[in-house]
Amino acid sequence: MADRKTPLLDELEKGPWPSFVKEIKKSAKGPMARDLLGLLERSYEEKIGHWKHGGLVGVRGYGGGVIGRYNDLPQEFPEVSEFHTVRVNQPSGWFYTSEALRTLCDIWEKHGSGLTNMHGSTGDIVFLGAKTSELEPVFAKLTEAGFDLGGSGSDMRTPSCCAGQARCEWSCYDTMAFTHDVTQTYQDELHRPAFPYKFKIKASGCPNDCVASVARADMSIIGTWRDAIQIDQAAVAEYARSGTLDIHRDVAGRCPTRCIAYDGNQIQIDDENCVKCMHCINAMPKALAPGKDRGATILVGAKAPIVEGALLSSVLVPFVKMEPPYEDIKELLNAMWELWSEHGKNRERIGEFIQRIGLGSFLEQIGLEPVPEMVTQPRTNPYIFYDLG
Amino acid sequence: MSADATKRKTDIGPPHYEKFLPPVIKENYGKWKYHENPRPGVLVHVSHSGAKLFSVRAATPRLLSIETLRLFAAIADEFCGGYLRFTSRNNVEFLLADGSKVDPLVARLKKEGYPVGGTGPGITNIVHTQGWVHCHSAASDASGVVKSLMDALFPHFERMDLPAKVRVAFACCLNMCGAVHCSDIAVLAVHRKPPKINHDRLPKTCEVPSTVAACPTGAIRPATVDGKQSVQVIEEQCMFCGNCFTVCPSMTMADPVNDGISIWVGGKVSNARHEPMFSKLAIPYLPNNPPRWPEVVDAVKNLVDVYASNARPFERMGEWIERIGWPKFFKLTGIPFTKYHIDDFRHAGESYRRSVHIRQSSEG
Repeated sequence: MADRKTPLLDELEKGPWPSFVKEIKKSAKGPMARDLLGLLERSYEEKIGHWKHGGLVGVRGYGGGVIGRYNDLPQEFPEVSEFHTVRVNQPSGWFYTSEALRTLCDIWEKHGSGLTNMHGSTGDIVFLGAKTSELEPVFAKLTEAGFDLGGSGSDMRTPSCCAGQARCEWSCYDTMAFTHDVTQTYQDELHRPAFPYKFKIKASGCPNDCVASVARADMSIIGTWRDAIQIDQAAVAEYARSGTLDIHRDVAGRCPTRCIAYDGNQIQIDDENCVKCMHCINAMPKALAPGKDRGATILVGAKAPIVEGALLSSVLVPFVKMEPPYEDIKELLNAMWELWSEHGKNRERIGEFIQRIGLGSFLEQIGLEPVPEMVTQPRTNPYIFYDLG
Repeated sequence: MSADATKRKTDIGPPHYEKFLPPVIKENYGKWKYHENPRPGVLVHVSHSGAKLFSVRAATPRLLSIETLRLFAAIADEFCGGYLRFTSRNNVEFLLADGSKVDPLVARLKKEGYPVGGTGPGITNIVHTQGWVHCHSAASDASGVVKSLMDALFPHFERMDLPAKVRVAFACCLNMCGAVHCSDIAVLAVHRKPPKINHDRLPKTCEVPSTVAACPTGAIRPATVDGKQSVQVIEEQCMFCGNCFTVCPSMTMADPVNDGISIWVGGKVSNARHEPMFSKLAIPYLPNNPPRWPEVVDAVKNLVDVYASNARPFERMGEWIERIGWPKFFKLTGIPFTKYHIDDFRHAGESYRRSVHIRQSSEG
């Protein structure tokens, strides 16, 4: 087939930022990427997408992990008439060896377009563009190499996490171990959609929340601590001497609860009123560190706008110790899933479900006691559903 | 059960991460003491043992060919024993114990076209969705807008020259696969016309009750059209969310003339200082103008420039706007405030000002 001209996309090869068009062209030695390029140029000309709604495709015994994709111009672009997404569950923290990357490349060179996303929004390795007939062979090669598919549809989506204790001194629990454990424990929930809608789990090691769990996960597990911030006063003095930081203005002055006192020499923290926001620690990483009594806060219910509006996660458990085998969290997950699976509507995320039935009722039904940490303030309206039995 | 089925491996889960960790991480796992960011794109983590880990962060377009992944693998072999990782914002990080190799690695990555940066108070990679590259519900491309934006914002990737980090995110429809709704700057493609119904196809491809139930405003009603079971849309009730299209492929949203891009500001996910917050609407609509989306690029650049010259150190976009107030934000950025900026969905009234706490000015 003669190469099509792609003048619009060629514009996007220019400039300092790495170009996705160059990436597609690198793979365009093969026919699939070449047709993808042609189809995309057509979208740029017409200002409209040419992908159709997904169909039901997948690998035997799984209901998730593959997203069907067909184009609406199959006569003109036959090589991408079937161009399905294969989600491959990433290793915790997105760490790889060159050998593992090459293994994935070899599989994908043989069975697909050669294009990937590293990574998709939920965290999976995304193989972009497989024909239906290649799905079982890709899956067989992946499992042979020790990889498996991630989630899609109304299932537990692939859990993801920050680099945690592998690289970060702020991580208040082992996010990578937890994520691996929960992923392995719930393989059935991951691969066989049986929930009202998707359920995402994200694990952040500290309140900086580098994986955006508070905005993007149905269950957000965010590391925190209960005791005093660790202070190295000599290092505080070193920051003061270096002149790179105005400790009074930029550290004490920006504390949200004004619980830091700085006398020009030493820092004192009123830890009872510290809300563990991380600002002072972020600003002075050599002098300050989270306390030693570490664990996590569990929040629930974040989602994007569809259908009833976007939500941030809200507090369900103010503090929990994060130790294997994470029985408290699994008990909580099981109780939440059971209730939501039975009473949630089709395509109702758990955050919307909680809004509909009320947090108070939700707590009662999953067996959690209400505590004031769950709300910013008690109710202001007097329409109380008194329950006198 | 056939012989094939007994051999077929399923539910093995992802490989254990431990085998991908470099020795310096295995030896110092959970023992890190502090870290520094000595130059853009380079992090140094120091362990209680005194060991050091250098992370060199390079840009990627997220959409990567296996040729590039093999190049990354070769670079990792040459400079750091084959160990690398990817970040939550689609950058690649090379992990070294030997600090003397940092400079040559940075130079090599730059030469290959994957520049180093994206740490500290600046702009790192834009998390984004598939767009026209691979999505059925996209109201714009994603990769092309992101490429155009990052070309323009590139100095802030290579320098740490802003008051605080500015997280930019892109989603190509309201489904927001990238959940962009808590970003300093969220670029969100939108539809602006009700779905077009294919009454011939609808009865064969969709369930009428679930299509009706999909609408959050109750704008979809069952209807009989030319003797066939179908639906109708009360157009004035439609807010173009596209949820019906997700449930029913015969109600298409894509529109080359009216689709375009909205811009939202002031969100964050970190708990540092201010609690996490949603992004709020700055610009309701800009046209889809491929291949370079100049209107969108100019608008985002303006937002970054105005923020950079007005915010104080450590102030994120949303914290800066809270300090100066929204009226001043619109004045400084020159963005017109319209009826579209006022919420009219559930609990809209929560965003109405119910006090006279207004920063009045005789200059109007």
